[in-house]
Amino acid sequence: MKVQNNKAWLMVLPMLLLVAVSAIIPLMTVVNYSVQDTFGNNEFFWVGTEWFQEVLASERFHNALQRTLLFSALILAIEIPLGIAIALAMPRRGIAVSFCLVLMALPLLIPWNVVGTIWQVFGRVDIGLLGHGLASLGIDYNYTQNTLDAWATLIIMDVWHWTSLVVLLCYSGLVSIPEVYYQAARIDGASRWAIFRFIQLPKIKRVLLIAVLLRFMDSFMIYTEPFVVTGGGPGNSTTFLSIDLVQMAVGQFDLGPAAAMSLIYFLIILLLSWVFYTVMTSLDNDATSEQGRH
Amino acid sequence: MASIHLKNLGHRYSASDAGIDNPYALNPLDQVWEDGGAYALLGPSGCGKTTLLNIISGLLRPSEGRVLFDGEDVTDLSTERRNIAQVFQFPVVYDTLTVAENLAFPLRNRGMDSATIEARVSETLTMLGLERRANERARSLNADDKQKISLGRGLVRTDVRAILFDEPLTVIDPHLKWQLRTELKKIHERYGHTMIYVTHDQTEALTFADKVVVMNAGSILQVGSPKELFDRPRHTFVGTFIGSPGMNVLRCIFDGEAAVVDGVRLPLDEATIIAAHARGLAASGVSLEVGMRPESLVLVDAGASSADDPHCFNVDVIGVEDLGRHSLVRLRLGQQLLCALHPEGAEIPEAAALRFDPARTLLYESSLLVEAIG
Repeated sequence: MKVQNNKAWLMVLPMLLLVAVSAIIPLMTVVNYSVQDTFGNNEFFWVGTEWFQEVLASERFHNALQRTLLFSALILAIEIPLGIAIALAMPRRGIAVSFCLVLMALPLLIPWNVVGTIWQVFGRVDIGLLGHGLASLGIDYNYTQNTLDAWATLIIMDVWHWTSLVVLLCYSGLVSIPEVYYQAARIDGASRWAIFRFIQLPKIKRVLLIAVLLRFMDSFMIYTEPFVVTGGGPGNSTTFLSIDLVQMAVGQFDLGPAAAMSLIYFLIILLLSWVFYTVMTSLDNDATSEQGRH
Repeated sequence: MASIHLKNLGHRYSASDAGIDNPYALNPLDQVWEDGGAYALLGPSGCGKTTLLNIISGLLRPSEGRVLFDGEDVTDLSTERRNIAQVFQFPVVYDTLTVAENLAFPLRNRGMDSATIEARVSETLTMLGLERRANERARSLNADDKQKISLGRGLVRTDVRAILFDEPLTVIDPHLKWQLRTELKKIHERYGHTMIYVTHDQTEALTFADKVVVMNAGSILQVGSPKELFDRPRHTFVGTFIGSPGMNVLRCIFDGEAAVVDGVRLPLDEATIIAAHARGLAASGVSLEVGMRPESLVLVDAGASSADDPHCFNVDVIGVEDLGRHSLVRLRLGQQLLCALHPEGAEIPEAAALRFDPARTLLYESSLLVEAIG
């Protein structure tokens, strides 16, 4: 017999409170700021969608968005193939496995701002190993003055810091493939490429999806490292959305536009993650719907 | 298609195992698999069946000896160049490809032109009865259709010299096992591939193969037709492993005319007596074994008629199990246990005797059958 009462809500309540405190209330505060203006004294005026329109129309936002998109695209284009390649090349048994795994995990253990500081010092022309080394080779490298050098430094730093994550995820997928698949492939005369394309890639697709999503979201939200290394410069050349947002909110204290921009930023990440997810799982869905027909 | 000759072949997994008692996963052997034969490789788990199979297909390189296909030495050839097909215990399909693409895969890898591939694939689909599922993704199939695709990737190749099966029906539903085995048998009859079928299931082995190869502990014990293995097992292991229940094996000595089990004389047939004398077994008084199939024993009433019959001996009944059409009667002769089959419903005599057939009573020395040489 069904019991007609609302006791189930009591079970949900703790989680509801937790989510409210950790997500809903802060988010609503931001929504609150985004539709109002203030001249101090805790006096707020309703402005509707004005801040959203202003942010969306501003060239400053467009430029920052383009930089961030380009940065994420480059990060994914480099780290995903490189991560897969390293995972494929890693040993499968013996003492070398532990050695490689520890080596791969090391960069992941270093805090973001420390990574930034390491590379900030590493790249300095006067005392940094990299900067000074390049200079003594006669290469004109200076990340504080040259846009290209600044970008190259940030990208190499991120590749150094985060490719390991892709490697570890892919490696976990690769080692879970039963040996018999490789034996069957040898019987079938499959080339190295065919083995990758038809056995390894399909089997690591799920972890690869996680890797792509994580690396996209993290690189799209990157803040600490470029803040420490370049501070957004030279000029505005490495001012990504996150840096721009902090400048607007904390530097200029434009709470309204900053709140509107936060929400737009959030929605862009959500939208692009959804696109990645949908595209990468479409093959799975095809197969499932075919299965459903029988 | 080809005959396969394993010449003085042996395998050790690691050279450092040399110190231990028997370092071989596969003891040195010499074995010819005839062209077009349907062989079953039968033995308990861990006896070296899969090792032997992987050596033939080239997935494993033997530590000694040669592998010859039609007299040509292929020991150093890679798996793909040996033109072997192998079906594994768990079905292997390429998930993202369709059924037809799966079958085309080995042909594409060998650079065949698309018209030939298409013809071969559609022929193979018909052979397997998978025509209607050609354009479905392989992952959506059930285990037995997946296993058919694994087999199909071997059948689709015209150049395949032998098809090897490594316990291919393990994951197949019991009611489909029989059906798939029948289809395999049909394909063999029709196309005449050399087939080697590894299994630990005697029913599978005996129904599939013309010749059954029985292995244990890294050695081939006997090669023969299912009937030979049943009637004249040349090793006590073969006798006990094949048959359900297996052969009764009792310790005995040979007194010149009969096997003596704990004081009870079992007269043997002429050929066995001659062979035993040729080996000098009567004089030595060595410990031997006598083997009798439960199917060859008849349980009778221990009365006046059995007392005069030299081919009858008294036994104690210690238990009866119902097997359906038969009862399995557990008996004791002296200190040793044996069993016999008794028709369902027939009464078990209080004082029982067993009537045996000397022609089906075999003598073993150190587990090996005593028989005329040549």
